[in-house]
Amino acid sequence: MFAVENGLQGDPRLQAISDAIRVIPHFPKTGIMFQDITTLLLDPVAFKHVVDIFVERYKHMNISLVAGVEARGFIFGPPIALAIGKVISEEYELEYGNDRLEMSVEAVKSHERALVIDDLVATGGTLSASINLLERAGAEVVECACVVGLPKFKGHCKLKGKPLYVLVEPSQLEEGLTF
Amino acid sequence: MQSIVSSHHLCLAPPPPVVSHRLVCHRLVCHRVPSIRLPNHCSTTSLRLFNCAASRESEMAAVAKVDGQDPRIPKIASSIRVIPDFPKPGIMFQDITTLLLDTEAFKDTIDIFVERYKGKGISVVAGVEARGFIFGPPIALAIGAKFVPMRKPKKLPGKVISEEYSLEYGTDKIEMHVGAVEPGERAIIIDDLIATGGTLAAAIRLLERVGVKIVECACVIELPELKGREKLGEAPLFILVTSDAA
Repeated sequence: MFAVENGLQGDPRLQAISDAIRVIPHFPKTGIMFQDITTLLLDPVAFKHVVDIFVERYKHMNISLVAGVEARGFIFGPPIALAIGKVISEEYELEYGNDRLEMSVEAVKSHERALVIDDLVATGGTLSASINLLERAGAEVVECACVVGLPKFKGHCKLKGKPLYVLVEPSQLEEGLTF
Repeated sequence: MQSIVSSHHLCLAPPPPVVSHRLVCHRLVCHRVPSIRLPNHCSTTSLRLFNCAASRESEMAAVAKVDGQDPRIPKIASSIRVIPDFPKPGIMFQDITTLLLDTEAFKDTIDIFVERYKGKGISVVAGVEARGFIFGPPIALAIGAKFVPMRKPKKLPGKVISEEYSLEYGTDKIEMHVGAVEPGERAIIIDDLIATGGTLAAAIRLLERVGVKIVECACVIELPELKGREKLGEAPLFILVTSDAA
């Protein structure tokens, strides 16, 4: 579900967020239009909008744990966790295996209500693995949250039965810019 | 040698409430607990006293003044777990994940850094991958600065500048996006821990090459036996907790 579908239609913060994200064509390989959130982080106002919108949504959902996926999830997770007064657990992607994710077993107690955060959702593979890890440790995943998501995640699309909340669709490449 | 300064800012406004929705518990799992020393040579040069109505604040001022120690630091220190022989035998790994699981300790950590750097004209918070990404952004947001990730090679998608640094065996590189910072900006560099100082020294060189002034390097933990400070040149270092390396 996108923010615009859930009460934030016309919210100027979403446009500011979208405008702050840079597109890098053909990274990491040909054909991929990479959504670069580092330019968002250079814009304190837009970065704060991202955190504010997530905090507004999750403040009253009784979340006890924010799980951030390495490494860009580490950037968005902690500010959200601090604002809603929750603890943070980290999940690590192993360098040599794209499909492995690790989490400290002691980080999660049974019956925690967890939020998973990452910068972007494309295939949903990483988030699905995160959900698996947290459920194996006994947590209940309440929702997955991403700054950017492909349009296919509109509506009530779920990942492993869990709802997904996305702020903006991928930004488009502007003509004439070089990187 | 730079001295460790702990700064205390007391103000008329009451501190924001810490809302904890769950009971905080420490899960310290160690075979041996090496000493975690608290900095004991803190100066109170930044201590400002206002006429506070709240007696709690004046009690805090008295404690801080008596031993020069920010009262939040012992809790932060005790929330850090030490894992012996990780990643290899003889290394006492300083695991800050337990600090992150302690809502109050993490908030206090960020608050101490924010109090120190707010209102000092710092426009850049540079965070070293990956645990610098955990501490840097909340600080950047609170002081209204940019957050600039400094990453391992090939992670940043746009044009980058790189700086090489030495490892025990071989070298590694740290990278930053071209155009992320501008000459004349004032920056702090954040990482969770300083050991040999190689990474931080490379981050300093990278930023200075593009004309940025390094106001300070800030870490939660220092391993002083590894003498990382000596690699930082003119840049001051601010630390919350020191620990024996082995």
